[in-house]
Amino acid sequence: MGQLSSAALAFFTPQSGGSPNANHIDSLYKITLYIALVVFVLVEGGLLYALVRFRARKGAVAAQIRGNTRLELGWTIGAAVILIALAVLTFAKLSSIENPSNSSAAGDQLAGGERLYASIDRKLPPNGKALSINVIGRQYIWQFVYPGASEPDGLGAPYSYEQMVVPTETTVTLDIVSDDVLHSWWIPALGGKFQALPGYHSYTWFKIKKPGIYRGQCAILCGRSHARMIATVKAVPPAQFDAWLAYQKKLLSEANAQAKVARAKLSAQTGAGQVENP
Amino acid sequence: MATAVAPLPQVSADRIAPEARGWTSWITTTDHKRIGVLYMVTTFVFFCLGGVEALMMRLQLGTPDNTLVAPVIYNQLFTMHGTTMVFLFVVPMMAGLANYFVPLMIGARDVAFPRLNALSYWLLLTGGIVFYASLFFNPPEAGWTSVVPLASSTYSPSGGEDAWIYLIHLTGLSSILGAINLYVTIANMRARGMSWGRLPLFVWAILTYSVLIILAIPVIAAAVTMLLTDRHFGTHFFDAANGGSALLWQHLFWFFGHPEVYIMVLPGFGLISEIVPVFARKPIFGYKAIAAATVAIAFLGFLTWAHHMFTAPVPEAILIFVMLSSFLIAVPTGVKVLNWIATLWRGTVEFKTPLIFCVGGIALFVIGGLSGVFLATFPIDWQVNETYFVVAHLHFVLIGGSVFTVFAAIYYWFPKITGRMLNESLGKLSFALMFIGVLCTFLLQHVMGLDGMPRRVYEYDPVGHLQLYNVISTVGSFLIGAGVLVTILNVARSISHGVTAGPDPWKANTLEWFTTSPPPANNFDVVPQVRSAEPMKDIRREVERRSSGAPSRGGSTVPTGATQIGI
Repeated sequence: MGQLSSAALAFFTPQSGGSPNANHIDSLYKITLYIALVVFVLVEGGLLYALVRFRARKGAVAAQIRGNTRLELGWTIGAAVILIALAVLTFAKLSSIENPSNSSAAGDQLAGGERLYASIDRKLPPNGKALSINVIGRQYIWQFVYPGASEPDGLGAPYSYEQMVVPTETTVTLDIVSDDVLHSWWIPALGGKFQALPGYHSYTWFKIKKPGIYRGQCAILCGRSHARMIATVKAVPPAQFDAWLAYQKKLLSEANAQAKVARAKLSAQTGAGQVENP
Repeated sequence: MATAVAPLPQVSADRIAPEARGWTSWITTTDHKRIGVLYMVTTFVFFCLGGVEALMMRLQLGTPDNTLVAPVIYNQLFTMHGTTMVFLFVVPMMAGLANYFVPLMIGARDVAFPRLNALSYWLLLTGGIVFYASLFFNPPEAGWTSVVPLASSTYSPSGGEDAWIYLIHLTGLSSILGAINLYVTIANMRARGMSWGRLPLFVWAILTYSVLIILAIPVIAAAVTMLLTDRHFGTHFFDAANGGSALLWQHLFWFFGHPEVYIMVLPGFGLISEIVPVFARKPIFGYKAIAAATVAIAFLGFLTWAHHMFTAPVPEAILIFVMLSSFLIAVPTGVKVLNWIATLWRGTVEFKTPLIFCVGGIALFVIGGLSGVFLATFPIDWQVNETYFVVAHLHFVLIGGSVFTVFAAIYYWFPKITGRMLNESLGKLSFALMFIGVLCTFLLQHVMGLDGMPRRVYEYDPVGHLQLYNVISTVGSFLIGAGVLVTILNVARSISHGVTAGPDPWKANTLEWFTTSPPPANNFDVVPQVRSAEPMKDIRREVERRSSGAPSRGGSTVPTGATQIGI
């Protein structure tokens, strides 16, 4: 029975279980759902009852009532009280949804390796340490840029497309931007969605406990292939993540070295001015 | 107080000038009733076109990887559907109903500016025709909100986007002129004795609708003009790379867009407030509360626009303010629903089609209202925004608040417009199909959204039960279509074969039932003195008293013409 009701609840609630913020949104949603269900039953029930009980019958006479100030004031105040309660609940939950928590002890040690700056929009964990990943929306693919630029101007940072790889037990903060049109970053199990809007930065965070693949897709119309702008987040143990990141860096520097050789060869053939920076 | 009876006009205008006939009379007409009919017929045609677009989308989503329509066509379909339903159906349909019935309900012989009124209609038609002409070239494909940068010339180079801008400008101008006309009419041309406290609630709703249009439409007009100059004349209002802001579009669009929601549903609420008391045989419960709630909703409607932008990069102070203002607007809205239920309470409810559509509309609107509370709570909105949850919400609100109430109005007022009744059995069948259809189509869409299905996608991953939900939704949409078709058949049949209605078939409360069905060109030969919010009830009582031979009370406040015309 308990199982059945929890299945029924899962049917009617947002996805959660990936990250604390998603879980807190889920519990806020459930409280709102309970209140809404009670209001739903009362109002629709009242409507149905009035229709059945007071249908026109022989001998029935309609009561010529024009209002009842006390009753009307009562339900106005009642509605306001319910909404004030909901607002209070939301404020109580807000901090745990918005503010990132610290990485767990088992989290990745790379996180916090570089200094991050909090702002009024961008929230950081209390200890200021998080793995910061830049999310770039583009028609019709997501690009993820990880920390670890090899060159002083910030270039040469490892990156991936479509699938973001992150360490478990680690607080990850996202800096979401767009290269072209409006996109919306959303992995349902990892919390809410945020717009990638040209000229602006949006920020969010998550902290994944269980390794696995979390699916999502661009949530706002971005053009003809909007439906195919998929995003996944692959959570792996921290050691595995470090190894993956190191390997990506190695691949990148190897590719850069090869490009350098090719460029030298090409400029020897055609003259230096003809070759663009890759 | 016995006063002398004012002499009655012995010759009425409709007997002097022969009524204009033939198709040219429809083009040159300035009669508010004919213009009202033009509005209603035109917008109903657009409603059917928008409905066909919706059915094509539902067919596409019947299976997860359907290739029935190409992705670009799918984008065009939802852009046309949304734009049509908002700008070419709900708003102008309400204008059409107001055109026909506001002058009759307040005892006026026409609107204040009849020729301006004709201009409003022809602007609407021109906008609609140009917009639909884009079907033969490139229809717009950036959604009904035309969000930038997608709607900029870089990402939507085709002329479809410009056809959309053209439509917004023309229908906007049409709405503004129409709203000014209705406002002036209501403010100045009410029958003797019809004080603000006796104004029918539908007229209150139309007055508020007019103010909302006059305040909100100029904002969208400015926004689409900026989009137009960005697209064609090299300005950079919305171009982040050149000092503009793409966020500005969202602010401007929704500053118009949220009041627009109330422009669409407040007249529907007004219709419910007129029709429910008639069939409950009871006065409306809390007349003043409903009128005040209408005005309060309109005011608060201007403070909640950013709840469409909870996922945009806006400061937290805005998120909190808008969440609270959106909660606040739920109070007057809830009050109205409770007032309607209280109106039914201890009445004698007659289950005629207009009442059934009203009650069904309330039932659906309540579902949309409750899901609105989830969307107003911004952390919850972060999960459900831009998903099928929102699609479900807005359809429950607009179908409940606008479509069902418009259908109620069709069944309620068809006898007045044509002089014939619509068939009750067909009406009830139509309601049953549409009501069950709406529940099938949209209830499970909440779950689809919660399961991660964004809106505006032409294909989806069939994870969980998504495919089953989508099939049920598609079946439901065709039930709605069948229901609409039944009403169309009903209208087509009843227009020539319906039972003769007589002036007041429902024993209703407001002045439009005082004149003949259909009303003459001048509406009323005599306009009765209004003594309460339910003038026809007073008149019927007076007539009963006179016919039973009892002496009339306190001289004649009802012209003797009432006995000839009214009953």
